[in-house]
Parts: sequence; structure tokens; C-alpha cells
Amino acid sequence: MSPSKEITARGLAAEVRSGVRSARSVLEEHLSVIDASEKEIHAFNLVLIEDARAAADVVDAQVAAGDDPGPLAGVPVALKDNICTRGVPTTCSSRILEGWRPPYNATVVDRLVAAGAVVVGKTNLDEFGMGSSTENSAFGVTRNPLDLRKVPGGSSGGSAAAVAAGFTPLALGSDTGGSIRQPAALCGVVGVKPTYGVVSRYGLVAFASSLDQIGPISRTVADSALMLEVIGGHDRRDSTSIPVPAPDLTSVLDRGVEGLRIGIIEELSGDGLEGIAVDVKARLGEAAAALEAAGATVAATSVPSTVYGLSAYYVVAPAEASSNLARYDGVRFGLRIDAPNAGDMNIATRTAGFGDEVKRRIMLGTYALSAGYYDAYYGKSQKVRTLIMNDFARAYEEFDILLSPTAPTTAFPIGEKTSDPMAMYLNDVCTISSNLAGHPSMSVPFGLGNDGMPIGIQVLAPATDEVTMFRVAAVLESTAPAGHPAIGGVA
Amino acid sequence: MTEYTARQRISRSEVAHVADLARLSLTDQELDAFTNQLAAVLDHAADLEALDLTDVEPMIHPLPVHNVLRPDVVGETSDRNEVLSCAPSIENEQFRVPPVLGESP
Amino acid sequence: MSTNATTEIVPGWETVIGLEVHAELATATKLFSGAPNRFGGEPNTNIDPVSLGLPGSLPVLNEKAVELAIRVGLALHCRVQRSVFSRKNYFYPDMPKDFQISQYDLPINGEGWLELADGRRVGIERAHLEEDTGKSTHVGGGGRIHEADYSLVDYNRAGVPLIEIVGAPDLRSPEDARAYVSELRSILVAIGASDGKMEEGSMRVDCNVSVRALGETELGTRCEIKNINSLRSLGRAIVYEARRQVDLVTSGGRVEQQTRHWDEAEGSTHKLRSKEEAYDYRYFPEPDLVPVEPSDEWIESIRAALPMLPRERRRRLADEAKIETAAAALTVERGMDDLAVEAIGLGADPVRVLVHLENNLADGIGSLSAGPFAALIAMEVDGNLTSTQTKTVLAVLVADGGNPAEVATELGFEAMEAEELEVIVDSLIAEHPQDWLAFTSGDDKERKKKAGFFVGQIMKVTGGQADGRAVNELLARRADA
Repeated sequence: MSPSKEITARGLAAEVRSGVRSARSVLEEHLSVIDASEKEIHAFNLVLIEDARAAADVVDAQVAAGDDPGPLAGVPVALKDNICTRGVPTTCSSRILEGWRPPYNATVVDRLVAAGAVVVGKTNLDEFGMGSSTENSAFGVTRNPLDLRKVPGGSSGGSAAAVAAGFTPLALGSDTGGSIRQPAALCGVVGVKPTYGVVSRYGLVAFASSLDQIGPISRTVADSALMLEVIGGHDRRDSTSIPVPAPDLTSVLDRGVEGLRIGIIEELSGDGLEGIAVDVKARLGEAAAALEAAGATVAATSVPSTVYGLSAYYVVAPAEASSNLARYDGVRFGLRIDAPNAGDMNIATRTAGFGDEVKRRIMLGTYALSAGYYDAYYGKSQKVRTLIMNDFARAYEEFDILLSPTAPTTAFPIGEKTSDPMAMYLNDVCTISSNLAGHPSMSVPFGLGNDGMPIGIQVLAPATDEVTMFRVAAVLESTAPAGHPAIGGVA
Repeated sequence: MTEYTARQRISRSEVAHVADLARLSLTDQELDAFTNQLAAVLDHAADLEALDLTDVEPMIHPLPVHNVLRPDVVGETSDRNEVLSCAPSIENEQFRVPPVLGESP
Repeated sequence: MSTNATTEIVPGWETVIGLEVHAELATATKLFSGAPNRFGGEPNTNIDPVSLGLPGSLPVLNEKAVELAIRVGLALHCRVQRSVFSRKNYFYPDMPKDFQISQYDLPINGEGWLELADGRRVGIERAHLEEDTGKSTHVGGGGRIHEADYSLVDYNRAGVPLIEIVGAPDLRSPEDARAYVSELRSILVAIGASDGKMEEGSMRVDCNVSVRALGETELGTRCEIKNINSLRSLGRAIVYEARRQVDLVTSGGRVEQQTRHWDEAEGSTHKLRSKEEAYDYRYFPEPDLVPVEPSDEWIESIRAALPMLPRERRRRLADEAKIETAAAALTVERGMDDLAVEAIGLGADPVRVLVHLENNLADGIGSLSAGPFAALIAMEVDGNLTSTQTKTVLAVLVADGGNPAEVATELGFEAMEAEELEVIVDSLIAEHPQDWLAFTSGDDKERKKKAGFFVGQIMKVTGGQADGRAVNELLARRADA
């Protein structure tokens, strides 16, 4: 009896809080699903069986004592392995963090635990979040639970796979250029990148600080809303955290889209977009029709500068990464390869500890910031971000919500794009602009491709308007075509 | 994937210099491969060259916030043993490193 | 700054000096986290994830550090402005993140100036905030960095707030440089921004030196000298470096732009790296922090709370004491000018006030306050206490406070009655007729010498209780009689 779409975080928490079920039994059921299929999927870098049992028992004790453990009481959650957990290895799927146990919890971890959630493990990712397939992991690839020959997307591929496989109803990912939304789309689950600053980054191992954002991955829109309510809201330990409480989302999900103005972004869905698949375009058209049928007005629109998003992103993100990843030098934590002097030790350690994609991006970013090139690359790209923000601002004068596919294609075969970085980067073309602008967007499963694999629709909203974004997502979820893959029903 | 032989946007020696700045060492083979791959990415980024951005302000921050300040109050410190237990090499409660050539800038 | 005070280290050559001073700000916590900002202590105890640069940690700016930086800016007449933090990227074991958060193109304080004790002004180019590094100890090889077997790193200092004050190349001599640093230190201490202790490394000086032939208006190529740990080595390093550069130029070579290391033991500088080898710091705006835009209200409230600065205090004391401002410098530098001004206001003789403060109170004023100080000086001027007795009473007032008249009584320092003194003087004259003759009929020189003899004898007999001036007057009267 494996958990299916009917088993939601919301439902489990309600049962645990009311004493209908114990947190421990919920956990054991999920652990048995993990036990059955983790070997072939490899969603986790680490499963915390004993810690999770202890945490579930604490929740049960709270219930027994008449205390409310919180809105996620007894809900098993998986954490992307770039989110710090005190005393528990946090590897970023990199050899360079071998042996490191953070002396502190990320803010989101503290908030999940305070809400009664039970952390069951740390999920695989592209090393430091750099990739779109979870193939760039020092600990092996994660497979798509819906077709083990295919990638789960990335970089939060482990978290998306864990949710799709029924290992946990909820997972946390991080999204720098699409790393939550694209794997969610490829695995047929919901993935949310909140407005930059809605969720604290304290304890998220940085890839590109001005783009990174933690967000939920779940099987239902309502569960993502619930999780975002728990992890969102101001945190004084993150200077870029927005000083307001988390938005109330769960209560707005049934409000519908009557009267909303929705625009389809031409540049991210039209024929001009390189490599966009016919079936993806077809599902987007159906999604638009469904929203129209639900009372929204839908029209095509243009956000012209989004075509420069990919170029700007692959300068800004590597530039910030080159600096963020300097600290992996073999001095204070993690891997050290010894050498006769400190400088050579740094070189030996970093050369042995980082994978090729990480090295590539560090070098790209170092180059973009180096003397003589800053203005041409980094300076220019930061100006492109301003253009993109201005273009979005214009579009949002006419529309409440924008729509595009999440990814240009369904999940691609493992190994297909590993030798051509540029081909891999093109996977992020639809998702990147939200990160560059700091706006929220989310992926909602909406039907299948010709290969029977899921397709995700991306819902984009202006900064801090998660409420309207979730309203639209809820309608898309309820109108999605039948024939959805048996999520959680792992063969 | 495209092979870049002539007129590359980044030269082999520039890649070598960048690797040096980033404290990475590359084999000759890696140097060739990385040069081609970085050139491909920079080639893609060449579409930005056509943009006239003279009057556009670079984005410093996604949100218009400023003056995020913390009161000067002592907070929790880390447990030294917990921190040192993750260090590759320690001596006398300090982080031990091979001899440092040259002084701090 | 005026160039009238040019000192030629090598005749015919002018030395041009600009200083970069780093001062640790006197906050309770670090620049970007709540770990304590405390000197010394067990290694690696004042640390937290932020000051160790652990993955996932994020900086949050210390409000007090910003306030102190603004105080520095206002005290140096700088333009206080919107500022942005940037990352300065370089690898070094004592730099936890392998980048330093500093300010680059948008420092919190723009141009300003500082006035030296003698009234000359030195330009300030900027004064910006940045974080300090940890400390490395080099083990083996006699502690020398290039011969060490290995190094140990302590991150207690990592993240301590620094203000870097970049001075214009307006200084022309080692004396100028020292005067500049002294003045800057007085200002930092006066406004409570830093304790300014060079010996503890809370104030550090890097020195840019270039030379040019007298009359030349173009600046020569400069070298930056690091590792200067005291005012004395600052002067020595400048002299050494100026001579080295002049030697280079006069022997047909040219000065190469370099960073050089001052070796205190050798008394020389040596090359660390050339301009070509300079680091490519790849500065870019720190994405984990947001801009700092101090409001006019905040700046004005900080300005209003600033104490009187050394420059104004020198003026005030000079006005009160009717002396040159330069003559007021030492008392102000020692922070004793409030006492001086108050004592003078209570009627104390300004000359005696400054003499005591400069000569007898080098170790501080302790419990001494203006009222008793003024009363004591009045007793001295009126001849009720000898200057030796005054000094003794002063020491007691410094140590324990109290009323000078009572202290003098307790010490038995009653001024001698005039008749008592006359009896003693007359008997001494009788005992030393030859000396008395020499006193009464000798030339000025002889008379002075004998006066000294008689005063000495009288002091011996009276145990120092006689008033020297009264004795001299008495001797003069007897001689004229």
C-alpha cells in the first residue's frame, strides 16, 4: 500500500493532530516505500531512519500530552542536501563537503520541525545546484520514478523524485534558475519558487545568492501552499528576507480565476523558442483554454527582454558562484588534499573536490568578474536584469498572471545532454527570468507528453503575489487532463 | 556540439589564467575541453552585445530594500569542539594549514 | 596642505606620503554577526557560522558599526553617503570565505579632511567599512612566514568591524606622518569609534611613499609599505623607503610600483609583489547585503551627539589659556583639556595648570577634579606651598582625591611663619660668613651661586618646608640692609 496522490500532507497532519493516526505509523509507511524503491531511484543521499523515528515519537508524545505539534504534525519531509541540518552531513552532492556536519540548522529546518514535520532524509542534487538533470552529483544520478531511463530534472531532482515516488508528501528544493520548477515538471509534481525574500536563505548553501530561493515540492497545490506558509516569513538572519509574515495561501485556493487577466508569454512559448516540443505547446494551449473556461481572460503577450535571460543568467549565476564557492579551500571543513604549501593545498583540494560542471561555472564566473571583462559581462548582465524587471512591470500592468511552459520538453534520457553544457543550459530557458527578476513562479502538472511523461505549466506572478499565483495553480490542478501517471505507484 | 577553433571568445591561455585565479588545476585535455565549452557559453551571451544599455541601471538587488541592520547585541557563539571536529587538521584549538607562501594582501 | 614644512630626507628630494589606516571599531559584536568583538581570548571562541564563513551562513550588518563609521566620517568632515558593500575576492587561510566584505565604489564616507595640531589640513579620500581577517601563527622557522613549517589559524578576529581611512598623498615627512596618525588616533578615541591601540593591532597603518625632485609637480611612482606596527617604525620605514627610491633614481634606475614589507629587525623594506603581480580582486556588489542609506535625521542625530573634537578642544584651551593652539596639543592629546579649561575657569593660573598637566600628570589625572586642582594652584601661587610640596599634594589628589588644604596639613606642609624663617636665615648667615660675603659683594653669577647655596641649606634645615621664593626675598632684604 504505497502513498498515492490521495495521501496529502494536509490530510496526514489532520489525522496525526486529531490522534486518528500516529506520526510513527505515518513514518513507517513512508519508510517502507523508500525501502522498496530507493535503490533504483536514488532520491536520497542520506535517509535518517533513527532520527526520523525519534522525531515522530516526539510528535506523538505531544499529541498524547494534549499539545498541538503544528500544521505539519507527523508529515514526513525530505530536504535537498544543500540545506543545513545540525550534526547531520550536508554534502551539496559534492566530494568537497565530505565529513562536514553543520553546527546549525537552516531557518527553514527549524520552522519545519517547529511545525511538527519529520525530516526523513537529505536528497540528491546536481552538485551545489548546478545542473538540470541531477546527473552532476558526486554520489550518482537520481532516476525519474516515472521512467527510470530518464532524468528527474534538476537540480532538485532528488526532492522531486522523492515526492513523485511517494517517499514523502513534501520536500524542500532550492531554485536558482528553475531548479525546483523544472524537476517538478519532469516528475509530474508541484514545485514553487517563491518571491525572492519570502523564504529565508539562512542555512541554504549558496549557489548564486541574488537568485537562490528555497521552495516546496509536493503532489498537490494545497500541500505546497501549506508548506510555504510554514517556511515563509521574515527571518532576521537573512538581510534579503522581506520583513512581512508568510502569506496566507491555503484559504485562498478555492477562490477561482473569475475575472483574472492571464497572459501567455510569446517569447517562452512561441515558435521562436528554440527546442520547444509540440506536445508541450499543446498542453499550454489546453491550460489556457481551461483557465478561460473557468472565467479568466487569456491573451498572448510579449515580455521581449526575456530572450536575453539565459545569457544574463549564465553570467550572473556563475559570477556569484565563483565567489560563493571560494570558501571550499580545505582549511576549515570538508575535504583536504595535502600539499607542501597552503596555496597548492587549496588547488589540490578544489581540483579533486569539485566536479566538472562546478569547475566550468566557477571559471566562467571568475572570467566574467575579472579585470577588463566585468563591464562586458557581469555589469551588462545586471543591466539586463533591470530590463527584464521593467518588461515584467509593463506586462503586469495588463495582466495579473503570466503563463508559459516550465520546460521546453518532457524528461530526457539519462546521459543525453551531459557532454554538451550549452544544450543542458537551454533547459532552463523558461524558468530563468523569474529568478532574474526575483518574482514568484510555480510549476503545476498538466497532462502528458507524447512519450507519456508529465508536462508542467509555469504560472508566473509579480513580486509577493503568491496568492493569485496559487489561485491559478489550483484551477490548473483541478482541470488537468486525465491520464496522469500513477504518481507514487512505483512499479 | 560546436567545435571552436578560430576566433574564440576566450583563449586557452585566458582559461588557464582563470583556473589559476580560481585555484583549480587543469590537465591539457581539460584545458582544451573547458576552453571550447566556455567559448560556447560566451558565444551565446554575445546576444547581449547588440543591446544598448547605456542608460540602464544595473540591478543591485531584486527588491528595493535598504538599511537592514541588526542591534549590536552579543548572540550565540558556536561550540568550538563541534566546529573543530569538522576541520581537516587542528592543533591547539586552531586550524592547522601547510605553510602559507606570501602575506595577506 | 601647505608645503612649508618640507623636510628633506635626502637633500634636493621631496618625499610624498599617503597613509591608509585601518582601525577596529569599538562594537560589542562583529560587523556581520553577533559573535563577540573582543581582543585576546582563547583561540576560536568568539566564532559563529557567519564569522567562520560556514556554508549557508549569511551576513547581517551591525547597526552600531554603521553609526561609528558615520561618526568617523563626520569627524573627518566627509560626505556621508549611500553605500554598498562589495566582495573583494582573494584566497588566504585567515579569510574564512576567501573573500572580504568591504566597500568599493560606494563607500559610506566620501572625501573629507583632517587638521593637524599645527593647523595644516590633510585630505581624506574616503573612509569605508570592512571586515577584519583571522590571525595566523607561523610555526617553525623562527615565526617567519616564509620559513614556517606550518601555520595555525584563529578566527576570533575574523569579522571584526574595521574602518579603513584612506588619506590623500599630502604628507611630506616622517614627522607629518606621525602627526597625522596621532591626530587620527585622538579623533577616533575622542568619538568612541576605536581604542586606537597600535600595539594590539586595533589600529594599523599602511604607508604609500614616493619621491620626486624638489620643484617637480608630478607624483613619482609609489610603493606601499605594509607591516608597520608603531609610530616609530612608521618614521623609520618612510626614511628607509625614501632613501631607497632616491638611490634607485639617482643611479639611473626607476621605481617600480610595488607592495613592500617593513622588517622591523632589519630596519628595511623588501618587495612582496609588483603591480603586475597584484591580485585581481574581482570586486562585485555583495548580493547577501542591501544598500545602506543613512537618513538625514540619523546623520544629524549622530552629529549632534558627537563630543568636541581635538581640533576644537585645542582651540578652546588655547583661547582660555591665551596660548598658541600648538601649545595646547599635548594636554588635548592626553584628554586633560576639560580639567584644564575648568580649572582656569575657576581662576587657576593657566601657566601653572599646563605645567602640572604636562610635567606631573603624564600617567593620568586619576581622582583629580578641577576644584581641588584650582585650589592647589592658588596655594602654590600664593606661596603657601613650595613647588615640591605642590607636586606631593597633587600626587595624593590624583591617587585619592580630597581637599588640597587638608592634604597639605596632613602632610605637615604648613607654610613657615616669616619670623621663624628670619631666625633660621640669620643663624645661617652667622655660620657661613665667607659665603655671605661672596653673596653680598660678588658679581651676578657668584650671587646666584651663593643664593642657591643658602636656599639649599635652609631647605635642609627646614626639611623642604620653606618657600623658596620667600627665602630669596629675605636674602635680598638682608643683603641690602
